[in-house]
Amino acid sequence: MLAEVAGSTAAIGYGLAAIGPGIGVGLVFSAYIQSTARQPESSRLTLPYVWIGFAVIEALALLGIAFGFIWAA
Amino acid sequence: MLLAADVPFPPSVEDFYLPSIVPWGEHDNYWFTKITALLWITVALIIIFFLVTYRKPKLVPTKKQWIAESIYGFVRNNIAVDMIGPRGVTFAPYLTTLFCFILMMNLWGIVPVVQISPNSHIAFPAVLAVISYVMFIYVGARHHGGWKYFKHALIPPAPWFILPLLIPIEFFSTFLVRPFSLAVRLFANMFAGHMLLLVFTLGGFAMLNANAWFAPFSVVSWVMTIALTFLEFLVVCLQAYVFTVLTASYVQGALADEH
Repeated sequence: MLAEVAGSTAAIGYGLAAIGPGIGVGLVFSAYIQSTARQPESSRLTLPYVWIGFAVIEALALLGIAFGFIWAA
Repeated sequence: MLLAADVPFPPSVEDFYLPSIVPWGEHDNYWFTKITALLWITVALIIIFFLVTYRKPKLVPTKKQWIAESIYGFVRNNIAVDMIGPRGVTFAPYLTTLFCFILMMNLWGIVPVVQISPNSHIAFPAVLAVISYVMFIYVGARHHGGWKYFKHALIPPAPWFILPLLIPIEFFSTFLVRPFSLAVRLFANMFAGHMLLLVFTLGGFAMLNANAWFAPFSVVSWVMTIALTFLEFLVVCLQAYVFTVLTASYVQGALADEH
């Protein structure tokens, strides 16, 4: 007997779509923490680039949310 | 008082289309809604705040003047000058306005009772992104001269045989993706934030209604709502900052002399 599953596959799709940006954001902050640990005086210098990198990567996850609603079936 | 029984559980996009405010319209009329009201209140608050704090500027600032000066100083020194360089001072007033406007608009998303940000409708971020887009192209064209700017923006210093590949990529990323991603980033953050708060608030009611075993857990759901409101505060400030920094960085790219 098969159980009936109802709902939108967009939920699964978004879960999958969030993997990449998740890894990407993790890489950005790991690089920032490492560089700051190695060279504490560079922390202010690199911070704007951290946020730019973070924002660019995060946009992918957010596109996932937006398109999940647009193409939800 | 809202009855717990008729709270619809999975929140949908429809929840963002609020009914119009009474004196100006009837059902299904979106000319004057909460969103419109919030927009005007935001603009009014920012104008009044800066007028009041700067009415009689003193050498030793008062508390209010100090707050206004630190906001302007933050954007001017930490965003405009850090990103663009000494020329960034020219852009500091616009960037400060942009920062304050986005911050205030976003903050409505977590102000109790109000709890929706106008920026969760893509129209507002889209207009802001268009302003940034037009601005960085105009600034670049004025600085380098029209054709030279596009040459500078589209043709990276690379061997000639790789250029057919690079030019379309540069065009795509600079002139198509930038405004689009600016708008969508801000919109989706506010949209997702509102959705998240709705899920946990309405989820609490849904569990209360479900059965006696689930009912106590509705408290957990509402505590999560409060915790997420604090997370949203972080996101709100971060998105206002990111939008401003990215605008500054695009202007910097347009003004850069050589790669």
